[in-house]
Amino acid sequence: MQRNHNHTTIVTIEKVIDETPTVRTLVFSDEVMSNVLPGQFAMVWIPGINELPMSVMISDESGKAAFTVRKHGTASTGLFNVQVGQQIGIRGPYGNSFDLKEGKLLLVGGGTGLVPMMRLLTHVKPTDDVTVLIGAKSKDEVFFEDLANRLLANNTHKVIVSTDDGSYGEKGFVTDLVEKHVGQTKFDGVYVCGPEIMMYKTVQTAHSRGIFVQASLERMMKCGVGICGSCCVGEDLVCKDGTVFDGDHLSQNKEFGNFHRNKAGILENY
Amino acid sequence: MEPNLSTSIGPIQLDRPVMLASGILGISLDVFNRLYRSGAGAVVTKSLSTEPWEGYPNPTIFSVKGGGWINAVGLSNPGAENFAKMIESNKDVPIIVSLVGSIPEDFENMIKQFEKCKVAAYELNLSCPHVAKVGLEVGDDPELVKKIVTTVKNSTNVPVIAKVGLGTTHYLNTVGTAIESGIDAITAINTVRAMAIDVETQRPILSNKFGGLSGTPIKPIALRCVYEISSKYDIPIIGCGGISTWEDAVEFFLAGASAIQLGSAIGDNWIDVFNEINTGISQYMEKKNYSKIEEMIGLAKKS
Repeated sequence: MQRNHNHTTIVTIEKVIDETPTVRTLVFSDEVMSNVLPGQFAMVWIPGINELPMSVMISDESGKAAFTVRKHGTASTGLFNVQVGQQIGIRGPYGNSFDLKEGKLLLVGGGTGLVPMMRLLTHVKPTDDVTVLIGAKSKDEVFFEDLANRLLANNTHKVIVSTDDGSYGEKGFVTDLVEKHVGQTKFDGVYVCGPEIMMYKTVQTAHSRGIFVQASLERMMKCGVGICGSCCVGEDLVCKDGTVFDGDHLSQNKEFGNFHRNKAGILENY
Repeated sequence: MEPNLSTSIGPIQLDRPVMLASGILGISLDVFNRLYRSGAGAVVTKSLSTEPWEGYPNPTIFSVKGGGWINAVGLSNPGAENFAKMIESNKDVPIIVSLVGSIPEDFENMIKQFEKCKVAAYELNLSCPHVAKVGLEVGDDPELVKKIVTTVKNSTNVPVIAKVGLGTTHYLNTVGTAIESGIDAITAINTVRAMAIDVETQRPILSNKFGGLSGTPIKPIALRCVYEISSKYDIPIIGCGGISTWEDAVEFFLAGASAIQLGSAIGDNWIDVFNEINTGISQYMEKKNYSKIEEMIGLAKKS
């Protein structure tokens, strides 16, 4: 029987990979989650602690999927601390996916925003010329650079890392790299996921030049199914209308890049 | 002739009979406008309190195998003052402001915040089943219901609705108390107190342990309540509980409701559900030769 995506499925963590001192990837077996589309997410229950929306990470092994989490608040720290053999609950997948163009592609990711970008890389065609820009604060926080190169082994490609402090790769914000590359190359599609300001600037840079761009947004979520309203951005609901939005649409949205809502639903500045 | 979908709930006039129930999607005016464009006749806000509330930690919602949802969001809301500022610019949408509080003064103070806003009605949440000191704990206390309704009616000329649920005091008695105190209409029913336990990890799933059951499993119960209220009292009723199709909506009209609210159906069918139900009601009315909703209200009570 096909499983109802709203019903919680319990899975066991089989492997934990330390990506950086604050980021871990937790691998588990689940056929449905192994096949989700880039940009889709799961609601992940850490029993006794919390539940949070997570983009679904790819795994090298078929039939497996993963969550790559940075410890931050109660829920993400709870997930970060889950060990091999422990059980978590998952429901979903929820949300839409990217409209992947062909030709010259630019993927931009920061932190765990790289997760949907890695999954998107598994969908590119061998003929695509792919540039991946990875932004991090410092050398310690760089991850998925090797993975991106490996996934693009058969493509013409570049993977470029920038760190805010210059301790690795190019020095500066990844959005400066976006500006530079979009200025040099006429991309057929630009895709971004990461901190909201990174997405906002990337969308602006590409959209103002008439280049197709999409961003996968993140908001606080409670239900994941379009009921609670916690994740609304203007009139859009990230869980139902997104997570992926076109730059064209986002450039009309007054809250994107400026505000998010707190747990009580009050708008707060970024 | 195209059937007319407008309806009156006592003094409240709506162009369409299907509303967004309280607690659902209700924190942004932009979303309200979108829901109105999508066919909602009115939107009921999240229940607002005097101060902002964060609500409970996740998990706050659970999808029941066999249908329905259990939620314990915990009445998270930005507070009446913040909310009133947000809807001040509202021109088009019939907004019904849901209020929750422990004492009459809470309600009186919140209503003052909305003086500059276009409000179609207030709905008093006397029935949330999962937050202490408010909701059902208030609705189960007849003296408190009487004081709150009387105070609210004295504080505003805007119509006032009481939303009732299944608590320890018989809901028909709560309805009677509200009517004696001057209420304009009744919404029936709220979610029903419930829980879910995960057998693998052997613990309650919701962080609050208990929540409110909504969706298709409670529809027959809500329908029974509307029928009972309309049989016993002469008061306009808004039916609420598990409505997801036009047939459900018509059942509630036939039981005595003048309008209906839905919420869980959005989790299953997204916001297209409003126009789907409007269209279905319209076609039913054409088939039965009704030109107005009121022609079918309470017909199931004929002997």
